[in-house]
Amino acid sequence: MSRRYDSRTTIFSPEGRLYQVEYALEAISHAGTSIGILAKDGIVLAAERKVTSKLLEQDTSAEKLYTINENMICAVAGLNSDASILVNYARVYSQDYLKLYNEEIPCEALVRRVCDLKQGYTQHGGLRPFGVSFIYAGWDPIYDFQLYQSNPSGNYGGWKATSVGANNATAQTLLKQDYKEDCTLQEAGELAMKVLSKTMDATTLTSEKVEFATVGKDKEGKVYCHLWKPAEIDVLLKKFGLAKKVEDEDDE
Amino acid sequence: MDVILGITTANEVIVITSRAFVRGVSILKADDKDKTRILSPHTMMAFTGESGDTVQFAEFIQANIQLHEMRNAVELSPSAITSFLRNQLATSLRSRKPYNVNVLVAGYDEAKGKPELNWVDYLSAKVSVPYAAHGYAAYYTLSLLDRWHRTDLTLEEGLKVAEMCVAELKKRLPIDFKGVDIKVVDKDGIRTEKVIE
Repeated sequence: MSRRYDSRTTIFSPEGRLYQVEYALEAISHAGTSIGILAKDGIVLAAERKVTSKLLEQDTSAEKLYTINENMICAVAGLNSDASILVNYARVYSQDYLKLYNEEIPCEALVRRVCDLKQGYTQHGGLRPFGVSFIYAGWDPIYDFQLYQSNPSGNYGGWKATSVGANNATAQTLLKQDYKEDCTLQEAGELAMKVLSKTMDATTLTSEKVEFATVGKDKEGKVYCHLWKPAEIDVLLKKFGLAKKVEDEDDE
Repeated sequence: MDVILGITTANEVIVITSRAFVRGVSILKADDKDKTRILSPHTMMAFTGESGDTVQFAEFIQANIQLHEMRNAVELSPSAITSFLRNQLATSLRSRKPYNVNVLVAGYDEAKGKPELNWVDYLSAKVSVPYAAHGYAAYYTLSLLDRWHRTDLTLEEGLKVAEMCVAELKKRLPIDFKGVDIKVVDKDGIRTEKVIE
């Protein structure tokens, strides 16, 4: 009998809205901000890591940025536990595709697959939707570098610069103002960090609070996905003049 | 005793298939037996083996590739298609009643700008080769292809080599295979180049 009430979680309200999906979106708007920017020679992802307590062991591994396969990474905003289920699903699916076709999965095919899974949870009764938004950054030979964003409803879209999480409206406005078509990876990285520093509560950024990743091509033209180490992020922050102690800003 | 043969040239793949429908030592039909299927705009397969299995398997692959391309709105590369085909054949091999089919997959890889020929047998061994044949045709033609094939062949030169192979087969195969269809896969797609009666 209780199923009658459970199944309501995914039923339209009289105004034609899906409350559970909207609540999921609400959950995401409290999460740390994640930003993605598409440059002509690569993609930048940056994410705010919320430090919950001083006593918490500072894990050096990434908690908001994940590698999905050889040429795709993603940033998450929302419930981390939900995210890791979906990230695992995406990883397994891309390896399945690789095994079957002997080729890396095209970015959009993977994004669509994960979104189809998310959509399922907005329709089948008794379960709640995934409280996660993703920003995917990837490369494939069909559309080159690509940036996608998805949300709990199962919608996705391709973007040049986008943000999810807390203050994403502010971030979006800043990105709209400062985004330049055909900017370089370097410029995109600087913009991402600047926007992030403005949307966060703290005035200065540190590697403890920020995660940073890039997708690009190396000198031989091979695609790489790089999740930056804390030490590398500190160097970068210093270079952009966003670190705690602004000593000398040496230009490259 | 079907003949299927594939020859890559600089810019295309030539696929030669015999026209007769043969069972044992009898010819059941002398023409109009197409031993190929078009899988995608730039990829085709030619097949021999247990009749019945062949067409069933080929059309199963064809339908799946078309479904995949409809869903994803992108054309699969010949190598991706062959990997998929091999995987299906390998799965079937380990079932109660496996498909007994030998395949050549000929395609033009648009991204790489190169023709590609893949050889797959009924045990799901897959290899990418410059020229290939299945069955008895291999015994009589591989020596000719060893001698005359070059990676920089033009289409005209490739067709000349193909005709040499067909002439040799006519001379030495005990059953008249009633001529061949010659198809070509290149950057513009798949076409029937000529028919040798």
